[in-house]
Amino acid sequence: MSAATARLEFRAVTRRFGRAEATVTAVEAVSLAVGDGEVVSLIGPSGCGKSTLLNIAAGLYPPSEGEAYVDRVRVTGPNRQVAFMLQKDLLLPWRSIRENVEFGLEIHGVAAAERRPRAAALLARMHLADCADRYPHQLSGGMRQRAALARTLAVDPSVLLLDEPFSALDAQTKMVLQQDLAQTLRDTRKTAFFITHDLVEAVTLSDRVLVMSRRPGRIIEEIPIALPDRDRPLERRRQPALGDYVARLMALLDVVHAEV
Amino acid sequence: MAARREDRITGSAGGSLALLVVFLAVWEWVPALFEVPAFIIPPASAVWDEFVRMLAKDRLIHHTLVTTATVLVGFALGALLGMVVGYLLGMSPRAEFVLSPYILALQIAPKVAFAPLFIMWFGYTVYPKILVAVLIVFFPVMVNVLGALRSVDPDLVNLARAFTATRAQVFWRIEFPASMPPLFSGLRIGATLAVIGVVVGELVGGNTGLGYLLVFGEGQANTAMVFVTIILLTVIGIIAYVAVIALERWVLHYMPSRSLETV
Ligand SMILES: Nc1ncnc2c1ncn2[C@@H]1O[C@H](COP(=O)(O)OP(=O)(O)OP(=O)(O)O)[C@@H](O)[C@H]1O
Ligand SMILES: [Mg+2]
Repeated sequence: MSAATARLEFRAVTRRFGRAEATVTAVEAVSLAVGDGEVVSLIGPSGCGKSTLLNIAAGLYPPSEGEAYVDRVRVTGPNRQVAFMLQKDLLLPWRSIRENVEFGLEIHGVAAAERRPRAAALLARMHLADCADRYPHQLSGGMRQRAALARTLAVDPSVLLLDEPFSALDAQTKMVLQQDLAQTLRDTRKTAFFITHDLVEAVTLSDRVLVMSRRPGRIIEEIPIALPDRDRPLERRRQPALGDYVARLMALLDVVHAEV
Repeated sequence: MAARREDRITGSAGGSLALLVVFLAVWEWVPALFEVPAFIIPPASAVWDEFVRMLAKDRLIHHTLVTTATVLVGFALGALLGMVVGYLLGMSPRAEFVLSPYILALQIAPKVAFAPLFIMWFGYTVYPKILVAVLIVFFPVMVNVLGALRSVDPDLVNLARAFTATRAQVFWRIEFPASMPPLFSGLRIGATLAVIGVVVGELVGGNTGLGYLLVFGEGQANTAMVFVTIILLTVIGIIAYVAVIALERWVLHYMPSRSLETV
């Protein structure tokens, strides 16, 4: 990936936590770039600093060393070019689903007259048109996560930062949402940085998979996925070559020998 | 489904009503059976007669209204102060750290013990009563607001911040609404405590309010009068409590209904 067209880029990013003797180095010298329209997955053992990288990209805290860039602008704080989505849906219980989807737009100062149609279109795309006026507790886990995805897309970010967005869902719901996400990413030509522990998910959704080492996290491998149908993960799942990719990732993560 | 639920509710309301009738009957006749004298437990009918007499002769309505108004003002001021201080301390952890030992000490101090002091300061006016109520309502409200702000999911705050929310936006769109359920638990407690605060203030000094009638009835050895006063004070407490619950239901309409049912 050439840095010239990168939507998201980390240059030698190191992040430490704590001070003096008790410092923990979460990530060390991480450099990577995600190109326009590309979907890149990041996998690695628990605690290796994946979420830390995502928070740095979102501008929630600065790197200890190195820089992050979004749309070739250095990240110095929260910015409108990115939007993130976590394993938790983070829907506000006192807002209806529609109001939740409009949340980011509201913060960005978009007028109500403009927010309404945008939210309505996204709710329709996420099959939530009938639920617009309901409250989060009235929805299933899968529907709530769809609403969270709609909220993330509503601000029309250059880069979507997705931190294990489907890991709390049951297997079937997860596959349906993966399919919806992949099609949405294709239709909107969005760039996405996707953190996951699910190796099959990483392979079926991505153009490339990056593998991190145990803490302090570094990128130890980059695997381009040369499979068709990136926009149709359900199709990709049936590819015989999928198993080879997953086996390779398992070997890299040393899944068999890793202590839990 | 809905019909059956309705049946259950009317059924249990009927049960409560039947229980009230039984209770009144027991109150009326059982003490007499055991020869309990009327100056210990006056029968229900005697308490009713005393109530009617007090309405006519003792300006009962006036005293009840004075106490109710004092409770209202004390509760409103105490709740407001508790909210303001709670939100201010919640937004500045350093101020909370500096003030927390004093807050704890004041919280442990029995607030009603301040009543004589306030009367020494302000005389036999309405102010010491309001002040006791303010003091007693203040703490549960403030502590609940503070606790609510401390326990707001940091990921929610980060979500708003990542959308470039300002500090004020984080407060008004995340922290303030997130603090509503604990705030209302504090207000419920405060509503009943406000009555206690005002009554203690009236007991200690003055010549108006139900607390005064309580002392007066005691001085006259008029047990029925004391009963009437206690019942009216309870009614004021219930009305205050129910009003808070109604407000809570309206504000927290988005919550699953089961979580609001606990009384
Ligand atoms: N705010 C913080 N203060 C101190 N240490 C932190 C903080 N955030 C993260 N860490 C530490 O940094 C390391 C990396 O954390 P991070 O959340 O990025 O891991 P992760 O790869 O996302 O893990 P998981 O796969 O379990 O989500 C961990 O050891 C964690 O304890
Ligand atoms: Mg993580």
